[in-house]
Amino acid sequence: MSEKPMKSWPERTPETAAYWAGCARHELLIQRCLVCGLHQFYPRLLCTACSARTLEWVRAAGRGVIKSFTIVRRAVSEAYAPDVPYVVALIELEEGPTMMSNVVGCDVGEVRIGLPVQVVFDDWSKDVSIPKFTPADRPVA
Amino acid sequence: MEIGKNSMTASLRGRTAIVGAADTEVGVVKHMGATQLCVDAILRALADAGLDKSGIDGLITCNSMAEPYLYHAETIAEYLQIFPRYCISVGAGGGTTFTALHQAASAIASGICHTVVIAMADSLRSGMSRQRALAMQSSTGHPQFERPYGAPVPGYYALLAQAHMHEFGTSAEHLAAVAVAMRKHAARNPTAQMRAPISIDDVLASRMIADPLHLLDCSLVSDGGSAVVVTSAERARDFKHKPVYLLGVGEGHAHEHISQARSLTTSAAVDSGRRAFDMAGVGPRDIDFAQLYDCFTPVVLIELEDLGFCAKGEGGPFVAAGSIDPGGPLPVNTHGGLLSHCHPGNPGSMFALTEAVTQLRGAAGERQVSQANLALVHAQGGIMSSHCTIVLGRERAT
Ligand SMILES: [Zn+2]
Repeated sequence: MSEKPMKSWPERTPETAAYWAGCARHELLIQRCLVCGLHQFYPRLLCTACSARTLEWVRAAGRGVIKSFTIVRRAVSEAYAPDVPYVVALIELEEGPTMMSNVVGCDVGEVRIGLPVQVVFDDWSKDVSIPKFTPADRPVA
Repeated sequence: MEIGKNSMTASLRGRTAIVGAADTEVGVVKHMGATQLCVDAILRALADAGLDKSGIDGLITCNSMAEPYLYHAETIAEYLQIFPRYCISVGAGGGTTFTALHQAASAIASGICHTVVIAMADSLRSGMSRQRALAMQSSTGHPQFERPYGAPVPGYYALLAQAHMHEFGTSAEHLAAVAVAMRKHAARNPTAQMRAPISIDDVLASRMIADPLHLLDCSLVSDGGSAVVVTSAERARDFKHKPVYLLGVGEGHAHEHISQARSLTTSAAVDSGRRAFDMAGVGPRDIDFAQLYDCFTPVVLIELEDLGFCAKGEGGPFVAAGSIDPGGPLPVNTHGGLLSHCHPGNPGSMFALTEAVTQLRGAAGERQVSQANLALVHAQGGIMSSHCTIVLGRERAT
């Protein structure tokens, strides 16, 4: 826990406050366009498909597949060194958008492209929780 | 109104030329800071052109990480005591160089100024503490949606490599073949930072950094600077060397953050390449040699494919067959590239540009490409985000 303050903490903006508040409640929120129905991530002022400004927050199912991944052997900084080797992956959510995350709760050797995963939350503090993913066949605490 | 794909853009073909080009000492350069390297590069390029500093009326630089200034180009102009009509710092990562050339050519063609120096330098190797270098690396990625996950820069590129392997069957040996080819070129270049030959096995046996990228799949960390002098095709005839003409230039911008990429395996090099080829009126088969951005080995495979030098997905076998080696059908990075010549960060692709000029002048000595008439130079910045392609030639018309 002591090394965590040195990690790269997300600094929320007016645009992302609802997202991070959702994470703190262990809910993965993404935007949905009220005009065309597109789901998008990260949060934006406009729908990237139809340019409408009418977007609502919806709770994503938290399920997706690994689109690509790497096993990091040399950490980006001291704060991440204790986690080596760790997986950084691009996750394609069931709703469509892609997000970067870590794949946790499994051996790094099990990770492959196409692997179904589900969201879990890593609580860095009372207010900051980072969405990560674990293989879909694992029980989630 | 939507701008149509076929809308006409004013052509820069043959309007401008490079009349001066030079590099500083590169590699580990302890006796000069980044600002000095930038000025040294300018002085050398001016000397190469046979031009006094008073003959410049435009200056383009990119910022330095070791010695950053709020307004970098203005600082360099002040240092030199020149008072240009056109003065900007550009920032598109490694693609910066050629977007700067695009800017310079546009400024000259539109009459804003007549002679521009583009200069870029940094001292990532000697001018930064390990702490600052790590902090710089940690600043890559979206601050909220990527950085918390702790990917080092090679990790971002590893995501592209892994996807390419999955989709096309590209192997670790294919990636390694790029590094081996770059070292073969570097062995023939006395200024290259790393010249000792390496094998596929050496690459595969080097430390894994972020699967599938080994240490030798990653480019160098260097000091160095480089500059070119660009002027109108009309003025270009009055300089010391035969001009090298800008025949085509094109950009493509797909995303900034890799998690927002529309494709992991096809890049905006498709767009930049098509735009540059269309302007020059040539195609991939007409190119005698290419200088391709090689910060990590998979990038070269994607660029070769997206620029049309081989079929999509065939980059690995193309390189493994020796196609980009010295003496191959398409020599790539005849100076040794970022993998073996030098990589001081943002200025990285400048050295590919000055090398292209040297080759097109027929002045590359032992490593001279035979029949070097038409060169393609390509760089990307971000994480395969911003792309710029240029076509250079010995003759003004193709
Ligand atoms: Zn919409």
